[in-house]
Amino acid sequence: MPKWKPDPTFYPSPQLASEAPPEELAYVALLNPTGKGRPDALGVVDVNPDSDTYAKLVGQVDMPQVGDELHHFGWNACSSHLCPWAPHAHVERRYLLIPGIHTSNINIVDTKPDPRNPKIVKVIEGAEVTEKTGYTAPHTVHCGPDGIYLSALGDSEGEGPGGILWLDHETFEIKGAWEKDHGPQYMSYDFGWHLGHDTIVSSEWGTPNMVTNGVDPELLLAGKYGNAIHVWDLRKREHVQRLELGPQYQMALEVRPARDPRKAYGFVGVVLSLEDLSASVWLWHLEGDNGEGQWKIRKVIDIPAEPAAPETLPPLLQGFGAVPPLVTDINLSLDDRLLYVSCWGTGELRQYDVTDPFNPVLTSSAHLGGIVRRTPHPGTPDVPRNGGPQMVEVSRDGKRVYVTNSLYSPWDAQFYPDGIDGWMTKLDVAEDGRMEVDPGFFFQSEEGMRPHQVRLQGGDASSDAFCFS
Amino acid sequence: MDSDLIWPLGALLILGAIHGINPAMGWLFAVGLGMQEKSRGAVWRALPPLALGHGLAIVVAIGLAALVGLVLSLSVLKWVVAGALLVFGVWKLVSNRHPRYGGMRVGAGQLTVWSFLMASAHGAGLMVLPFVLQGSDHLAPSVGEGSTLDHRLGMDGAVDPMAAEPASAASHGAHTALGAGLPQEQVWGLLATVVHTAGYLLVAGLLAVVVYEKLGLRLLRRAWINLDLIWALALIATALATPFL
Repeated sequence: MPKWKPDPTFYPSPQLASEAPPEELAYVALLNPTGKGRPDALGVVDVNPDSDTYAKLVGQVDMPQVGDELHHFGWNACSSHLCPWAPHAHVERRYLLIPGIHTSNINIVDTKPDPRNPKIVKVIEGAEVTEKTGYTAPHTVHCGPDGIYLSALGDSEGEGPGGILWLDHETFEIKGAWEKDHGPQYMSYDFGWHLGHDTIVSSEWGTPNMVTNGVDPELLLAGKYGNAIHVWDLRKREHVQRLELGPQYQMALEVRPARDPRKAYGFVGVVLSLEDLSASVWLWHLEGDNGEGQWKIRKVIDIPAEPAAPETLPPLLQGFGAVPPLVTDINLSLDDRLLYVSCWGTGELRQYDVTDPFNPVLTSSAHLGGIVRRTPHPGTPDVPRNGGPQMVEVSRDGKRVYVTNSLYSPWDAQFYPDGIDGWMTKLDVAEDGRMEVDPGFFFQSEEGMRPHQVRLQGGDASSDAFCFS
Repeated sequence: MDSDLIWPLGALLILGAIHGINPAMGWLFAVGLGMQEKSRGAVWRALPPLALGHGLAIVVAIGLAALVGLVLSLSVLKWVVAGALLVFGVWKLVSNRHPRYGGMRVGAGQLTVWSFLMASAHGAGLMVLPFVLQGSDHLAPSVGEGSTLDHRLGMDGAVDPMAAEPASAASHGAHTALGAGLPQEQVWGLLATVVHTAGYLLVAGLLAVVVYEKLGLRLLRRAWINLDLIWALALIATALATPFL
C-alpha cells in the first residue's frame, strides 16, 4: 500500500542524503561455505554505539534453500524513486532482494515491521529467473527509478553473455532481460548508473563456469578474465561503448560512479595485473557532451604487490614470491570526496581523496588480517586475523566505514586455505577525514558463517542513486 | 459568453491548478533539468513543452469523448464517462504505476511526450470530461440539434494550447470564432483545454521557479504528500457526481 508521505529515507540529492541520521542496524549477508545442510543467512548487526548489543548479531533469517552463495544484495526502493521522470516517492524502502550466485534464487526479505527480525516473503526460484531472462547467477541489486535492476553473471549453460535483468518494483515480477542489444559485451559483474546522463556502466568478472570452481590459473594467466567495462544507454537499453583496460589487467569488479548525477565519471577496481600482481583503480570519464562525446578510461591508482616468502603463501601464489593486494571492492562517499579501496590480499583498507578524480591522493590506511600479515584487530591485539578488508560500505554521512572479510567461498579457499573466520568491523572517519579502526566494534560471525556485503538500515553510500545534483 | 459556462470553466481552471501542484506532473522535472544543467533557463525552457503535453492529453480525451458521442446521447455519455472514471480511480488507488518513458536527458519533444503520457496516465483528461460535458450541455439549446453530441465536440485539426492566449483573451476569441461560423463545441473544447492548461502552467511554473530559486528540494521530503492517492479518490468522487452534473 502506498504511503502518505515519501519514505523518510529518500533524499533528492547526495548532499541532502549525507544529512541522514546515523544508521542503527546493518544487514549482512552471511554465507555458509560448507554448503552442506545449512543455508546462508541474512544477519542483523546492531551498529548503534549507545546500545547494549552494539556490534552484536541481534537478528538473523535463514534463506529457505541450502547453497545460495549470497554475495551482494539491495533494497527494493531508494532515493532514485524521487527522480522526476519516474516519480514513485510513496513506495517504501522495506524489502531486501538477496540473490544467490549458485542457485540463481532471488530471496526477498521484509525488514518491517520489526527491522531486527526480518522475514522471507518471497523466493523467485532460479529456474524462473533463467526461464524469464535467460540469465543465471544474479549478483548486484540496485533500486532504479523505474524498477529493480540486477546484474547476472551468465546464461543457462554458465557461459555468456551475462547481463542485467529487471523486476517490477511493486510486484517483484521479473520483467525480463534488460538489454535490447549487448553489443560486444560478454562477461558481467557489477553495474552502477549516472542517472543525470541516462547511462549505466557495467564491469566484467567472468562467466559462471569461469568462477564457480575457483579462479582458474590457466584462464587467469592467459588473460581470459574480464578486462573491460561497458557503457550503456539507460533509455534505449543498448550498448554504447566498451572501454578496454588492456589484456594484462584481470577482473574489473566494483564500479562506483560519481554520486552527483551531474558528474560523468566513476571508479572501477581491478583485481590483478598479470605483469606484476599489482592491483589498480581506474577512472572512466566522459570527454565532451553526452551524446556527442566519448567515454574514456585511465588508471589513476596503482597498488603494488608486496614481496613475501613462498612458505607464507598459499600454493596458488608460491611461485610468485609476492602477495597481491587483490582490490576486490571499492566505495565512494556521498560527497564524491573519499574513495575506499579494499586490498583483500595484503589486508589493507586504503582511503584516497578523490576531489580531483584524475589525481587521487592516499590520505590514510588501516591494516587488518591479510594473507601474510594477519594483522589483529585493535580490540583484540593478540589475536591474528585472517581474511582481509573486502566488502566495504560507507555510511551516508561519510563518518563510518564498515568492512567484512570474506570474498567468495571457492576463492576464499584458494587465498586463505587455512580457512576464514568471518568478521565485520567498523572504521571511524574523523573531522579531518582520516580513518581509524573502532577498537570497540568487532563482530565475529558464528563459526562457519562468513559475512559478505553490508547494507545499512535506511541506505548507505552505494545503495542509492540520485536524479538531483 | 453564457454565464452558465463560468462554473465549468472555473472548475477546469482549478483542476488544472491541482494538476500543476503534483510534483509527478512536471514541475519537479523542470527543477531537475535546471539542476542538471545548472541553469535557470533550463527550468523555464521545460515549462512550455510540459504544458503542451498536458494540454494535448486534454485534447485527446475530449476528442475521444466526441467520437463516442457520435453514437451516444449526451446523457448516456455522462454515464460512460462516470463508469470510466470509477474504474480508473479504483485502479489508481491500488497501483501507482505509469508508463515508462523519459530520463534526465530529454529535449523539448520528449518532454512533451512525457507530459502527455503522465497526464493521460493520471486520468487528467478523463477527469476534465464531466466539466466539458457540463459546458456542452449548456451549449445544447443554442445548437438546437437534439441532445446527441454528433459533431458538436469534434476536435479536428491540431490544437496548440500554448499558442493560445490567456483565458480571457481566448474567450474573446471564442466569440469571434462563433461569428465566423465555427462549430460552437469545437470552440468550447478548445477553450476548456486552454483554461485548464493555463491553470496547470501557472501553478507548475510558479512552483518550479520558486523551488529552484528559493526553497530547494529539501521540502520535497516532507511536503510531497501522496497526491496520487487524493487524485484517485477525486476521480472516484467525480465519477459519482458526474451523472448529476
